Amino acid sequence: MSSILKPVEAVGWAGIVAAKAVANFPSVLCRRTGREDLFRQLYATGIRTLPVVTVVSLFMGMILALQVGLELARFNQETLLGAAVMMTLLREMGAFCCGICLAACVGSAIAAELGTMKVNEEIDALVILRIPPMRFLAAPRILALILMAPVLAFYCCIIGAVGGGFVGATQFNVDFQQYMSGAFVMSEAKDLYVGILKATVFGFLVGVISVAEGLGTTRGATGVGKSTQRAVIVSFLAILISGYMVTRLFY
Amino acid sequence: MAEKMIEFRNVVKRFGEAAVLDGLTFDVEKGEILAVVGPSGTGKSVTLKHIVGLLEPDAGEVTVATDRIGYLFQSGALLAWKTVWENVALPLVETTRLKAGEIDRRVAAALAAVGLADDAAKYPAEISGGMQKRAGLARAIVCEAEVILYDEPTSGLDPVTSAQITRLIRDVNRTRGVTSVVVTHDLGSAFRIASRILLVKDGRAIVCLTPDEFRRSENPEARAFLAAAEGEGL
Ligand SMILES: Nc1ncnc2c1ncn2[C@@H]1O[C@H](COP(=O)(O)OP(=O)(O)O)[C@@H](O)[C@H]1O
Ligand SMILES: [Mg+2]
Repeated sequence: MSSILKPVEAVGWAGIVAAKAVANFPSVLCRRTGREDLFRQLYATGIRTLPVVTVVSLFMGMILALQVGLELARFNQETLLGAAVMMTLLREMGAFCCGICLAACVGSAIAAELGTMKVNEEIDALVILRIPPMRFLAAPRILALILMAPVLAFYCCIIGAVGGGFVGATQFNVDFQQYMSGAFVMSEAKDLYVGILKATVFGFLVGVISVAEGLGTTRGATGVGKSTQRAVIVSFLAILISGYMVTRLFY
Repeated sequence: MAEKMIEFRNVVKRFGEAAVLDGLTFDVEKGEILAVVGPSGTGKSVTLKHIVGLLEPDAGEVTVATDRIGYLFQSGALLAWKTVWENVALPLVETTRLKAGEIDRRVAAALAAVGLADDAAKYPAEISGGMQKRAGLARAIVCEAEVILYDEPTSGLDPVTSAQITRLIRDVNRTRGVTSVVVTHDLGSAFRIASRILLVKDGRAIVCLTPDEFRRSENPEARAFLAAAEGEGL
């Protein structure tokens, strides 16, 4: 009984967090202190993710170029390498790399931070001071992830494309200039939009899941560890499942 | 008869099967300091959380005559990424429309009242546990709380700092007329500052007496508690 109810409860709680956080977005943007918090979160999101996301997307691009290049080489179509790599990045892998890096670097940090605050009674203290945690803590963090995810996903595509170009030039004798022009000329606006949309969805999901896990923490320091772990695992699952569904919707 | 600030009538609170509060009845008069003592795990913190509305009773009634309630958590519960000044200013910044100058004036006054004027720019991690509690108290004062609840304000502190905090609780009570409920294991400080001492055991009120009455009480539970506390070297 309880094993069936637990996931239902968890989804319900995440839904409540999502609804309350979104309802508080206007007050984050309208208040000076809210905007300051938002900028601090945007900065933290970018800084925490940038090193990892750079390496991940660089190698993702290189792997893609290697795999695709080997197939294209069989038909002497290496000139299409840039276009093929860029399309894969825009449609799928850019947003995906960005999503998993956000979950690992930012989602985990949010769950740990809010979980620690919960077990230190700081959340209770805020409630008593009449500062709603959903407005003060949840909304700026989730909004920062929603805003930052598409930017980072675009960055992933560019870095990945460069990585692919490097592999193209060194392994398949594809001129870098030619590769890049192929990548940009042949890529479609729709691919970019879908990728950006996907990244935004990932940012939202990682934010909601991490905040819900953090604020739902019980049982002291071990509870914080559990919440952090669950925030990352559930975010990964949500990214994969929602990524498939967005792709289904548009292609 | 003095005005009642807080009233508990047969309050029952269960977590799962076990009733943590099991028909708790007591009241707190306006302007007094009520010390709440009793063994660990008898629901003292749970009692405070009912007063402030973090928990709702399963049965019985909790009435509080004000909504201006401050709560001093054991940890101080300050935000780690804000300075002492910003922590104390937070409730004013976030929930009022006061001008910056007025906020500054009130925060400075509250910090001076708890003796933290010189440490305003420090972060919570950079100050001692006693100072964190004083900062938490300043945050309650700045909201002009009419009731302040203290959850074990002196536990984990050295004797000198404990005495300082105890004095501060009394000063805040006297100068501002703040009704205070102090959960404590420190019977010495309870005897020094409390107008009445409430002994809670197994979720019920055993006795509620003035310090003198408590010392002379014939109640076996009160005697046993007193003897145990004295055994610890009171
Ligand atoms: N939110 C809660 N959920 C479940 N059990 C709780 C909760 N809060 C307190 N309890 C339980 O209630 C009992 C009394 O707790 P507490 O009021 O903290 O005791 P104390 O008198 O030492 O302050 C403990 O056994 C504790 O485990
Ligand atoms: Mg307690």
